[in-house]
Amino acid sequence: MASPIIRIDNIVKRYGPLTVLDGLSMDVMPGEKLALIGPSGSGKTTILRILMTLETISGGHIEVDGEQLYHMKKGADLAPADEAHLHRMRKKIGMVFQHFNLFPHKCVLDNVTLAPILTQGVKKADAEKRAMELLDMVGMADKAKSVPAQLSGGQKQRVAIARALALSPKIMLFDEVTSALDPELVEEVLNVMKRLAAETDMTMLLVTHEMGFASDFADRVLFFDRGKIVEEGRPQEIFRNPRQERTQTFLRKIIAAGHRV
Amino acid sequence: MEWDWEFVWQIMPTLLEGFKITILATVLGAAVAAVLGLAIAIARRSPVTAISRTVGFICEFIRGTPLLVQLYFIFYVLPDIGIRLPPLVAGVIGIGLHYATYTAEVYRAGIENVPRGQWEAAKAANLTTRQAWIHVVLPQAVPPMIPALANYFIAMFKETPLLSAITVLELMNQAKSIANSNYRYIEPMTLVGVFFLAVSLVSVVGLRWLEERYARMDD
Repeated sequence: MASPIIRIDNIVKRYGPLTVLDGLSMDVMPGEKLALIGPSGSGKTTILRILMTLETISGGHIEVDGEQLYHMKKGADLAPADEAHLHRMRKKIGMVFQHFNLFPHKCVLDNVTLAPILTQGVKKADAEKRAMELLDMVGMADKAKSVPAQLSGGQKQRVAIARALALSPKIMLFDEVTSALDPELVEEVLNVMKRLAAETDMTMLLVTHEMGFASDFADRVLFFDRGKIVEEGRPQEIFRNPRQERTQTFLRKIIAAGHRV
Repeated sequence: MEWDWEFVWQIMPTLLEGFKITILATVLGAAVAAVLGLAIAIARRSPVTAISRTVGFICEFIRGTPLLVQLYFIFYVLPDIGIRLPPLVAGVIGIGLHYATYTAEVYRAGIENVPRGQWEAAKAANLTTRQAWIHVVLPQAVPPMIPALANYFIAMFKETPLLSAITVLELMNQAKSIANSNYRYIEPMTLVGVFFLAVSLVSVVGLRWLEERYARMDD
């Protein structure tokens, strides 16, 4: 059996007196599609942000693709990672944000080609060829020369997905990618992600409130509450037969709020 | 006292010489203020508190003392410790440094207006900090601050007569020496005013245009 591509070991994250992650441990296998669900403030977005090195950790260890993320070997000991180490580790990971965070001063095509040209030394022509393939895949090839301000939320998010894919990361993180969208635009983004999940062997971690989508997309669902994983299992188990009371309560509330399961 | 047109034409070439120096000092001073101001703004964001505090303190010091005193210091006091600068160089450094502490505030506001999500997107795209500044943050931060920067450069232009105090032969200094040797003040001083007014009026029109072009940048 293959070894995990992500090993999260006893991660603690505090903001002042507030403990957001309370000794979180989990493993993710290569190619696995994971859905992280749970009430807001449960720490599911925080662990994604920690994996992208957008936050620091207060304790614990993370191993990504066989290497420590926040630590590096110093003789026999582990020392806190420096920026060069973090920079190297970030190559393995890509992220799509809730609020897209496209570069507003650059056209769609340049949004996608910027990082490959700057960080991987790809030639402009090659980067653009690859970007057009990716934009075609997310159905945005005809908007390549538009700027983000001219796009709808759903279109922006599809571009953001293409931008993250352009770096060919081993691991992709999706942070509530449909939460900022008008309801009628959610579908187009979810369709792109479904296709992506089916076509690639990339490891994907998805934080979402779309339970129906989580159920279709994920191999495994993790239910977060108060900085810990309360329950995990295959989508059918979690959504049809949740064992923990907190999971049951959460799913009841979500259904009452009108989300599809 | 009567206005003497003949005297006006007679002194015009000398005044134009001075005006050239005034423009040169303004352009060079603006360049120093633009570059140094950005450097100060970035240094003040440094996570190393020793750097951000020191730079912050120096800025407060410069803003809290008169430009004229600073110019005297650079031109007349620095030679005592072996730093001898030509008048124009001393003037450009003095005026550029002084205004850099103001432009730094403009840069700071502009940089802080770039949403945190842009830094995060740059990081997720694996850009280095340097690449994030150059390709993501500054291209968004700078255009909205252009009108405010231009405003400072116009203010700076109107302060260049202070350079006459350290023997820079700019417009005001030329006018003064003409006035002193001819015992006539009305023509040279009026012309100095007219030169400054003409440039200021053109600048204001330019500033309005810049404001319309850059002040509003929609996401």
